[in-house]
Amino acid sequence: MSLYDRIPNNVNLSEDVRLQRALEKWLPNYLDWWREMGPDGFQEKDIYLRTAISVEPNGWAHFDYVKMPDYRWGIFLVPPDPDAKIGFGDNYGKSAYQEVPGEFRNSLRRIIVTQGDTEPASVEQQRQLGHTCPSLYDLRNLFQVNVEEGRHLWAMVYLLHAYFGRDGREEADELLQRRSGNPDKPRILQAFNQPCDDWLNFYCFTMFTDRDGKYQLSALAESGFEPLALTCQFMLTEEAHHMFVGETGIGRVVKRTAQLLQKTDDVRTVSGIPLEIIQKYINFWYTYSLDLFGGEISSNSADFFAAGLKGRFQEQKKYTDHIAVEGVVSIEAVEGERVITRDVPLRNALNEVLRDEYVKDSERALARWNKYLADEGITARLYLPSSRFHRHVGEYLNHHFDVEGNLISEAEFQRRVEEWLPTMADREYVQSLMVAVTEPGKIANWIAPPSSGVNNKPFDFEYVRL
Amino acid sequence: MAISYGNGEPSLTINFATSPEQYFHWKLTLNGATATLAMDVQEDETLQDGYKLKLNSYDLGVDIELADAVQRLRFEHPEVKVVVITSLKPRIFCAGANIYMLGTSTHAWKVNFCKFTNETRCAIEDASHHSRQKYIAALNGTASGGGYELALACEEIYLVEDGNSAVSLPEVPLLGVLPGTGGLTRLVDKRKVRRDRADVFSTLAEGLKGKRAKEWGLIDDYFPTTKFQEAIDRRVEELIAASPKVEATGIKLHPLKIETTENGRDYRYVSLRLHREKRYGDLTMRAPAGDLPTTPEAIQAQGDAYWALQAYRELDDALLYLRVNEPEIGLVCLRTAGDIANLLAVDETLTTHREHWLIGEIILHMARVFRRLDLTARSFFAIIEPGSCFAGNLLELALAADRTYMLNDPAQKIELATSALNAGALPMSNGLTRLHSRFLAKPETVETILAHQGRFDTAAADAAGLVTAAPDDLDWDDEIRLAIEERTSLSPDALTGMEASLRFAGPETLDTKIYGRLTAWQNWIFQRPNAVGEHGALTNYGKPTQAKFDYRRT
Repeated sequence: MSLYDRIPNNVNLSEDVRLQRALEKWLPNYLDWWREMGPDGFQEKDIYLRTAISVEPNGWAHFDYVKMPDYRWGIFLVPPDPDAKIGFGDNYGKSAYQEVPGEFRNSLRRIIVTQGDTEPASVEQQRQLGHTCPSLYDLRNLFQVNVEEGRHLWAMVYLLHAYFGRDGREEADELLQRRSGNPDKPRILQAFNQPCDDWLNFYCFTMFTDRDGKYQLSALAESGFEPLALTCQFMLTEEAHHMFVGETGIGRVVKRTAQLLQKTDDVRTVSGIPLEIIQKYINFWYTYSLDLFGGEISSNSADFFAAGLKGRFQEQKKYTDHIAVEGVVSIEAVEGERVITRDVPLRNALNEVLRDEYVKDSERALARWNKYLADEGITARLYLPSSRFHRHVGEYLNHHFDVEGNLISEAEFQRRVEEWLPTMADREYVQSLMVAVTEPGKIANWIAPPSSGVNNKPFDFEYVRL
Repeated sequence: MAISYGNGEPSLTINFATSPEQYFHWKLTLNGATATLAMDVQEDETLQDGYKLKLNSYDLGVDIELADAVQRLRFEHPEVKVVVITSLKPRIFCAGANIYMLGTSTHAWKVNFCKFTNETRCAIEDASHHSRQKYIAALNGTASGGGYELALACEEIYLVEDGNSAVSLPEVPLLGVLPGTGGLTRLVDKRKVRRDRADVFSTLAEGLKGKRAKEWGLIDDYFPTTKFQEAIDRRVEELIAASPKVEATGIKLHPLKIETTENGRDYRYVSLRLHREKRYGDLTMRAPAGDLPTTPEAIQAQGDAYWALQAYRELDDALLYLRVNEPEIGLVCLRTAGDIANLLAVDETLTTHREHWLIGEIILHMARVFRRLDLTARSFFAIIEPGSCFAGNLLELALAADRTYMLNDPAQKIELATSALNAGALPMSNGLTRLHSRFLAKPETVETILAHQGRFDTAAADAAGLVTAAPDDLDWDDEIRLAIEERTSLSPDALTGMEASLRFAGPETLDTKIYGRLTAWQNWIFQRPNAVGEHGALTNYGKPTQAKFDYRRT
């Protein structure tokens, strides 16, 4: 089997001996990891997948039946621009870094490892979901997300192997050794150690947690470290599909619940998911995902921006001042028993600036779901909790807030927590609905079918050959 | 030579080469087994503008001459047994470092000045202890501050009793700084003056005269003016009579030949290449070619052209040049080139004949140069590649480095080797070998390494703990580039402190205490407003205004 067949790429792998050695050693370990921790029970099935085979406009969306371990992971990068410039920070306008600058080696490696760790983590979190799919269409989408997370891991590993020497190879190995939810070798970020064992969790995860990925990747796509920027730009095209799966997934659950509510006030009696439970799942995943942006006030964010490593969302498109040393951002912080407003220098508040973009994007999805409710004549509405609610990172850590953002006592929080976050009983109820539906064209009762299929195929297309 | 360094960049390169014919400030007189080094500072011959060297006060230029004299006496005049340090100025021995010079210097200049003068004083003690050239101080006038500290570096101190002359350390009461050349440490550690008396003495600006000074152990004796010279002569004769007679003829130390370019400095065996934009330099030492002398007679005939002397004089000069003239070169990559066999042959010759006076001096000189490297506030990375020769004496370069990178490429010959010289002939300031200092946790490792048969290839060197990292040929270029870029991006002050803290593990000695106290305390005080602020004591010295202190203790 030729090198290209084993590792499809457009980075001239056959002429880069160092990279070739590193990837060839890593590849079998990756496949072992995929078989051990990838989707359980479907490895030998034919799945109608989209595969990237080049970076040409028609090359990244090639559809066909593929067995997941044969998915062509490989390395595809947008061709580098030798004249690229650093787009922000203290070195604004200077030539972009084509290699890792020594002074930023550790920071960059940390950024890449943290991003890279999320990719296999989500595959691990979701590995049992195939057994309870609501339809073949959803099953196929799950696997599409999974193989693409695998490809994103490859992209990050490529950077580690190509630019970070022995340290990079060791980090790449460790990406395959950590395990989601394992107390002894957990994944780096807490949201990626939460179980994702039912489909409502899966939709929430792809809606909210993958959406954090979109904003992180967008900020990194602006990076002055050119190889990172190019890699992230390509990853973003795939990330869009993951969020589509999440946003439409929750939307379809909401739509179905709204339909069931026409018939009964208690949708449990007809195997539907009550709006309160959907709301609690939103509260849970939205707030955990807010944590992923980091502290509201952050010296790291200032350092990364100053160094030209991590910009803002659409830095080039949306901003004219790329230096950002002037100006302040008002941050709400807790002082004593009160929430006060504190002005923070812009560069130190860039995590919050990015989080704000995310919040707006999430509100847009909420509006769409609420429209489904309105369309069915339901007056109840879903909402996003305050970004102070249920936080484990930053200014609100160790304080307690209700979903509207009012500071409350811990006792009060504990008394009301079951109103806001999924209880064991809620989770068990959702679990009880998770029964696989695998006949083409059929779908579980708790979710509405999609408005259209994949790649212009109908909903009853055989997306997975079981 | 007048330059302005005080307010910014040096406008003229400081040159450390001199010789007795060129001295402005010292008169070296030889008389059989006695040498007299008499201080007669020319007040207008300053290294910088803005001050006059009154009352035998000194600047770096004065100390460069003293260091040269001490070095020359060892190599050129092995017949000398006693060196008398005295003054040609009436009623003044030496007033110490020039305060106006200190007051107008940059912080970096003050630090390097103090470091060099300390190294000179340690070299005086090294000569007294190891070269059988005993230094005595004949204080024919007042010795204050650095003047008394210079006396403290001598083995014996004699003071004239003229109703006026005293020894003193007035830095604390007058200047709000510390004696900068080991005075406080030598008082209590070397002369073992009681600490409460040392406390009183060090806050007494006018110091103490003969009788009380002797009682307290600050001096060894005192004599009236008319009997002073006679008493010194008598003591010199006693010392000469007590030391073994050596029939030896010195060798001449010629000026080093140096080719300088904008970004480099080339000596015969040493090259320095500066990458200014990247703030690092490559310092390469080359091994000797073949046909090496193997007997003391043949080495004596080669004189200062003998590799082991010339290469280390060149290294010494390169280090001094870097310290004073290239403040922005933060990292030096130490490299070697040549044949390991030739280096090991040199070491064998040196080891076999180490009892010969000249061979002994050559080894002692090597040791001093390595200590100068240890004490240099730059990062050092040893880079071990094909064609390098980190063996025996040059292995010390790798052991002195903060990190050592050795290429791992089985297809090429890349080796390290030890020699007998690594086992104790080249001690650090802490009194240990660099191998001992490296393996404090497992002292037995040192024996294993020294007993290793043959050379160390990369795998063996790595396994033995002799290298920090051994990247293979595919990673090598990138790893070295990244290591360099990363290092030079860090805070130079934090690196200086970190390196000095890590380099000298193990026991304290007089030397480590002196350098440690200097860098920790004196350099701190030099930065504080109470010394150098608008109302600081150093700033206001000699002005009509008085120092105003911030009396809060830290």
